[in-house]
Parts: sequence; C-alpha cells; structure tokens
Amino acid sequence: MTALRIPGIRRPGRLLAEAAALLTAVVVAFPLYWMVLSAFKPAGEIQSAEPRPWTLSPSLDSFRRVFEQQDFGRYFLNSLLVATAVVLASAVVAFLAATAVTRFRFRFRTTILVMFLVAQMVPVEALTIPLFFLMRDAGLLNTLGSLVLPHLAFSLPFAIWMLRGFVRAVPEALEEQARIDGASHTRFVWTILFPLVLPGLVATSVFSFISTWNDFLFAKSFLISDTSQSTLPMALLVFFKPDENDWGGIMAGSTVMTIPVLVFFVLVQRRLVSGLGGAVKD
Amino acid sequence: MTLTAPAAAPPAPAGAAKQPARRPRSRTGTSAWTPWLYLLPALAVLGALLVYPVYQLGLISFLEYTQAQVSGGEPTSFQGLGNYTALFTDPRFREVLLTTVVFAAACVAGTLVVGCTLAVLLTRIRALPRLALMLAALGAWATPAVTGSTVWVFLFDADFGPVNRLFGLGDFSWTYGRYSAFALVLLEVVWCSFPFVMVTVYAGIRAVPTEVLEAAALDGASQWRIWRTVTAPLLRPILAVVTIQSVIWDFKVFTQIYVMTNGGGIAGQNLVLNVYAYQQAFASSQYSLGAAIGVVMLLLLLGVTLVYLRLLRRQGEEL
Repeated sequence: MTALRIPGIRRPGRLLAEAAALLTAVVVAFPLYWMVLSAFKPAGEIQSAEPRPWTLSPSLDSFRRVFEQQDFGRYFLNSLLVATAVVLASAVVAFLAATAVTRFRFRFRTTILVMFLVAQMVPVEALTIPLFFLMRDAGLLNTLGSLVLPHLAFSLPFAIWMLRGFVRAVPEALEEQARIDGASHTRFVWTILFPLVLPGLVATSVFSFISTWNDFLFAKSFLISDTSQSTLPMALLVFFKPDENDWGGIMAGSTVMTIPVLVFFVLVQRRLVSGLGGAVKD
Repeated sequence: MTLTAPAAAPPAPAGAAKQPARRPRSRTGTSAWTPWLYLLPALAVLGALLVYPVYQLGLISFLEYTQAQVSGGEPTSFQGLGNYTALFTDPRFREVLLTTVVFAAACVAGTLVVGCTLAVLLTRIRALPRLALMLAALGAWATPAVTGSTVWVFLFDADFGPVNRLFGLGDFSWTYGRYSAFALVLLEVVWCSFPFVMVTVYAGIRAVPTEVLEAAALDGASQWRIWRTVTAPLLRPILAVVTIQSVIWDFKVFTQIYVMTNGGGIAGQNLVLNVYAYQQAFASSQYSLGAAIGVVMLLLLLGVTLVYLRLLRRQGEEL
C-alpha cells in the first residue's frame, strides 16, 4: 500500500489530515468499544448515572446471564448453520450465473442482466407476506430451510452483479489456451476459472453472510412455534424491552453476535477492498 | 493481481452484441445451451423465491386478504384497485411515504458526504493512520444492523448512556421526540453505511493512474484543477454506483427503525414504508394492504433502477 503522492501538499496539512483521520477512527470505533466494555462491566457500573469509559472489575456475569436465560449456544449454532449454507450455495450458483453472462454471448443476455439488477432492488421485507404462504405450503415453516432459501434468493442478484467483474477480468486468452491444450469447457470453468475468481467470491460472500446473519424479520415470521430453531437476533430482542432494559445482557449478546462477522471481515478485508474496486470499475 | 486494472476487462467485439444468438460456440466445445445450463440454478432459485412471490404480492394486493381468508374461513374476493384507493386516500400513508423519501434522502446525503470526504482524506495520509481509520470503518460496516441499533440506543440512553453525560444533556430522551428519534436512527445508518462508500471511492481514487496525475502536476495544473478535470470524471461511474446503492439500501431501511424506535416510534411517529407495511400485514392482519404498500415500494425502487440503467448506458458502459 503506497500512498498516492500528490505533489504540493505541505507537511502541516498532512499532519492535520492525519489527526482528523485518527479522531474519526476513534469516534467510529467508539460504539463497538462501548459495546464490548459494557458487556464486561458488572451490573452496578452499567446502571450508573456516571458511566466511565473503563472498568476496574470486569466480570462475565452478563455473558453468563445471556447463555443461561436463553438457549444462546443453540441459537448461535443455528445462525451459523443458516449463514454458512447460504454463503456456500450462493457462491456456487452465483459463480455459474456470472460465468454464463460474461463468458458467453447469447440471446436475452442483456435482458437477464437487467433482470438481475432489478431483482436486487426488491425490498425483502415486502415479500415476507407471500413468502410466508409459500413456506407454509412447502411445509418449511419452523425449519432453518425457511431462512436459507429466501436469503439465498436475495443474495444472489448482488453476488452475480459483483462477480461479473471478476469473471470478466480473467483474460479470454486463458480460455483459448485451455481449449488448445485439450481441456473441456467444464474443466476450464472448474479448474482454471473458479480458482482465479475465488478472491472475488470471498469478497462477495461477505455480503451474503452479513445479510443472512443480520436477519431477524424472516426468523420472526417463519419460526413461529418452534423456538429451538431460533436464530441470534431474535434471542437478542428478548432482552430488548422498552421499559426495563437489561443493558448488560443486551451488550453481551450483541458482542457475541458481532464477533463472528468481525472475524470474517478482518480475514477478507484486503480482498474486499480490491474486490469492490474491481467490481465497480468494470 | 490485476483484478483492479480496468484494462483487464476484455473488450467485447462491437458487433457481437448485435447478433449474439445465432453464433454457435462449438468452436470452444460448448453448445448454445451451455450458458443456459449455467444459469439454470440461479434462475430456478430466483424464479421460485423472488419472481413468484412478487407475482403473489401483486395478486394479494388486489384481493381482500385478512385473517379470515388466510385461515380459510371466508373466500377471497377480488377488490380491484380498492386497496390502493384505500391506501392513497389515507393521510397516514401519504405522510409515511413522504417521511420515507425525506429520511432516505437525508441518509443518502449524509452517507455520501461522510464517505467521500473520508475517502479523500485516506489518500492524503500515511499508512498507519490510514490503517486505523480503515479498521474502524470495517468494524462499523461488519456490525449487524440489529446489534448496531441496540448499541446506538444504549449510547444515547437517557439514564445510562455516555453521550448525554458527555454533552451535558441531562436525561434528554432521544427516542421520545419525532425528530430526535429520526436523527438518532440517521446517525446509526450513516455510521454503518459510510464504510461501503468510503472503501469503494478510495479504491476508485487509487485506481487513477499516478502518471496521469503527475503529468498534470508537471504541466502546472493546480490541485483543484487536477481533481476537477482528471480525478472527478474518472470517478463518476463509481459515484453513480454508490449513490444508487445507498438509495436502495436507505429507502428500504427496516431493522434500524424497528429496533431503535421499537417498531415505529410513539404513536407511529417514526414509521417508514417498510415498517408500516410489516405492521399492517403482521400486526393488523391486513395482508392485502401490506402487499399494496409493498407494490408501491417496488415500483418506486424500480424507477430508481431505471435511472441507474440509463446512467450506465449514457456512459457507454456495456452490460
């Protein structure tokens, strides 16, 4: 990572910019810091009129309460299962579709691309009503499948749209070369194209993962009677009451829910930055 | 990797787009059906779980569909445009619609201004502060909407929140007043959506070839002039993408409003379309009214999409 050298910037200007950047970083990171801090604070310090930005006696009480009151471990696993299923399925399906629309010229290609773009605009929540009836008719209510399928559908258009850039960036000469070497097209797609597009797939999967992990509306609407199938956001909202909030519990639950996404994000961070640039530039 | 290089995209032959279908691809060992085979899984999933529900949504919006019809107690009856008439003569709905547009516009403006400013800032600083800002932004980006909302409510809590203490606001309740509640949600939305803009625009600025900038500087162009005549035109497609994407995300904001204002605020003062539709359908069992609101949202976002497509087309971009 080299800085973009633009001549004519004087040093004091840069120091000022760096100070501003650091200050912004502190402000942006503060909510997350406060969340983790509050999760570790003992109850007395959270319900205090003089909140302090540190704690001298960290405790795990809030976490214990969260895991005891709710079947939190189970919900965590459910959330993870749903998100993983969506990420894997959408990666494969989106990769194939992106290959079709970038490596081939065929009739209705543009129409299909526009359809993907339009599909991306569909407000998920508006479809809760028909999806509820669909899941009921398919007998999927109260199962994790009722979360996997809609999220797969909703993450596909964006994934395909983003992957397009990555698939297109693989030079056509490579395909030509593979053909000359006697590789079938299927073989080219899976042994050459797929590994080359993998970084893009990883970047794309962040979005599928987050939107699935975040969801609580579908979980709330489709998992009505079987709470053993619940996911994390629902469990979190149990602690969230307008009158008497258990802030320690909420913050502990929030921390548990945020950490997997943070880890995932940090792991793919660099690919994400170049991935977005690539997808958008094309 | 050359993934970010714009030149890496193989230019499609100009004639190919005009007569694509008839050309058999046997040359490469594939038939005309191969692309459809690759598209099949995606089309099947989208057809069953997106297109069909959209069709059903439209259908329900023309019917009378309440709890009685769902349980099979009463037959469904065709209402024509009845639900839509009911909707648009309802002052409540018109107010929510206006609120949604204004609120989304404010969110988009806030997100873009913060995101672009910080992206430019990132190009002016050394690696260490840049890394700090990048990591903080990624943290905000990664935070699930539900937990982000709960944390922000806690930060601004009247009794135990640090913000009121810091600014000496006493026990001012942010969620009590209509505008302060919206302001709070706006802050959270900007917080979790500016990173996408920042990272994308930053990647775009970095993709501007340094030689061009140096050449312009050598020719004696001022900073402002370089920005205006070199950088900005190259960034325009990226800015269009992030703007449209933000419009789409902010227009259908749901989780933040639902969690932070507890389902739409006191007496529904903080309702936006998405929450309103959900309340109508699942709280009052007015499935057909909820579906009609969904259709209105769909059409509005479709309009935005068309503008987006025209923008892409005008820039001569090939799909």
